[in-house]
Amino acid sequence: MTEAIPKLAWKGVTKRFEGHTVLDGLDLSVAPGKSLVIIGGSGQGKSVTIKTALGLMRPEAGKIELDGNNVVGLWEGARRNLFSRIGVLFQGAALFDSLTVWENVAFRLINADRVPRKEAKERAIEALELVRLAPAVADRFPSELSGGMQKRAGLARAVVAQPEILFFDEPTTGLDPITAAAINELISDLVRRLGSTAVSITHDLASAQTIGDEIAMLHEGRVRWRGSAQDLGKADDPGVRRFVDAARLCPVDLHAREIV
Amino acid sequence: MTAAGAARKVAATPIQMLGRSTLAAVRMVGGVGVFAVRGTAAALSPPWFLGQLWRQIVAIGFFSLPVVGLTAIFTGAALALNIFTGGGRFNAEQVMPQIVALGITRELGPVLAALMLAGRASAAIAAEIGAMRATEQIDAMRTLSTDPFRYLVGPRLMAGVLMLPLLTAVADTIGVAGGWLVATRVLDFSSAVYIRNTIDFLQGWDILSGLIKAAVFGFIVALMGCYHGYNAKGGARGVGRATTHAVVSSAILIFASDYLLTTLFTQIAP
Repeated sequence: MTEAIPKLAWKGVTKRFEGHTVLDGLDLSVAPGKSLVIIGGSGQGKSVTIKTALGLMRPEAGKIELDGNNVVGLWEGARRNLFSRIGVLFQGAALFDSLTVWENVAFRLINADRVPRKEAKERAIEALELVRLAPAVADRFPSELSGGMQKRAGLARAVVAQPEILFFDEPTTGLDPITAAAINELISDLVRRLGSTAVSITHDLASAQTIGDEIAMLHEGRVRWRGSAQDLGKADDPGVRRFVDAARLCPVDLHAREIV
Repeated sequence: MTAAGAARKVAATPIQMLGRSTLAAVRMVGGVGVFAVRGTAAALSPPWFLGQLWRQIVAIGFFSLPVVGLTAIFTGAALALNIFTGGGRFNAEQVMPQIVALGITRELGPVLAALMLAGRASAAIAAEIGAMRATEQIDAMRTLSTDPFRYLVGPRLMAGVLMLPLLTAVADTIGVAGGWLVATRVLDFSSAVYIRNTIDFLQGWDILSGLIKAAVFGFIVALMGCYHGYNAKGGARGVGRATTHAVVSSAILIFASDYLLTTLFTQIAP
């Protein structure tokens, strides 16, 4: 029986910064339509894992396959075409300060897909409603929104073109627990509704267990543990246990280098 | 470590520092060159972001008018006074209008307008793009299938090249007017004679060579702002550093290219 091709796979990916190895032959994959959450302490390579997949960083070794095709070293034009299938929610939302909320949400539609502005605005407002932001927010600037609203607007921008793959970089960092729970629910709901494959990174175990089908824990640039979201609490690995216990005690800022 | 090893390490440090600085300088020159080629290609080939270009034309051109105008009028006025008193030492006060016109159109108009733009626009460009880099907005733009070189760099380079010659034309006019003002109000020159002398003396090349210089300076100012902003590292501190580097490198390159262009132009049309 042939094995199904993963939607996205890191195969032996290595990334170094000035002699320091951040990803050390990372092997990781996510099946189509599944939601993978990568957890781990600061400096363990979570953000770099996502950035290598997005082509924002180039690994020194290894392959990153999307639907079985290697995407490492793609030329800029091919990379832009690839991005039309991808949506990203950045840690700080990364909304463009000089544009209104609807122009942010419709940025891809207007500038890459050349959708007329009127139609793009209508689609942006639909996307804003999807993330439970009122249409009145559309004409405001990002600086006029709260942190939670900015995250929602960033989420609307990520999903407006109905991408096949969604990346979430620390979606609940900096939010209060109630807003964080609302964002987690939204992400979980949107991923299910769109049928997209999702890859998220987080420190937040509650977030990981809400939005993830599977969880992988990174330590020193490799996968230390991988399992279903339900199995995380039952994991035998002592490093995972220490991480989970520490995350329950101090969920905001983990330094797994010291903990694991 | 042995004493000899320690001594070798101490002795090697300045050499290592020199090597590191040299490598960094070479890397930067190469980086600026590649950046300039990519930016120029983005500015000259479709798709163009005309809305962005218009915003930059307004930001770089229109909003720089007051500072350029004020600089030009005071420079023209001071130049007129200096040339009048200096020329008086060899009875050459009467050529003051011609020297003011020549000095402003060939040299001071483009250089001062460029320096003002370096302080105002290059710093603003570096700060804006640097802040976008620090807050992952440039990465976000790429993931939204939009090339930051086309959206951010190309329009700014284009606006710099188009607007600085226009600002220089304004600076030339106001600078000469500043000289006229001092000459007629302070030094008892006849207004009609001053204007006639200026118009009869100036040649088209005097003005055109200044405008060509301005286009080159406009490119430099926008390029330095974009380059340092785009490559800013390390949060708010990095953005501050990028802004400083943009202004300083713009100013140095303006003076260096001014000398090279003046040498070239005096050989084309002495």
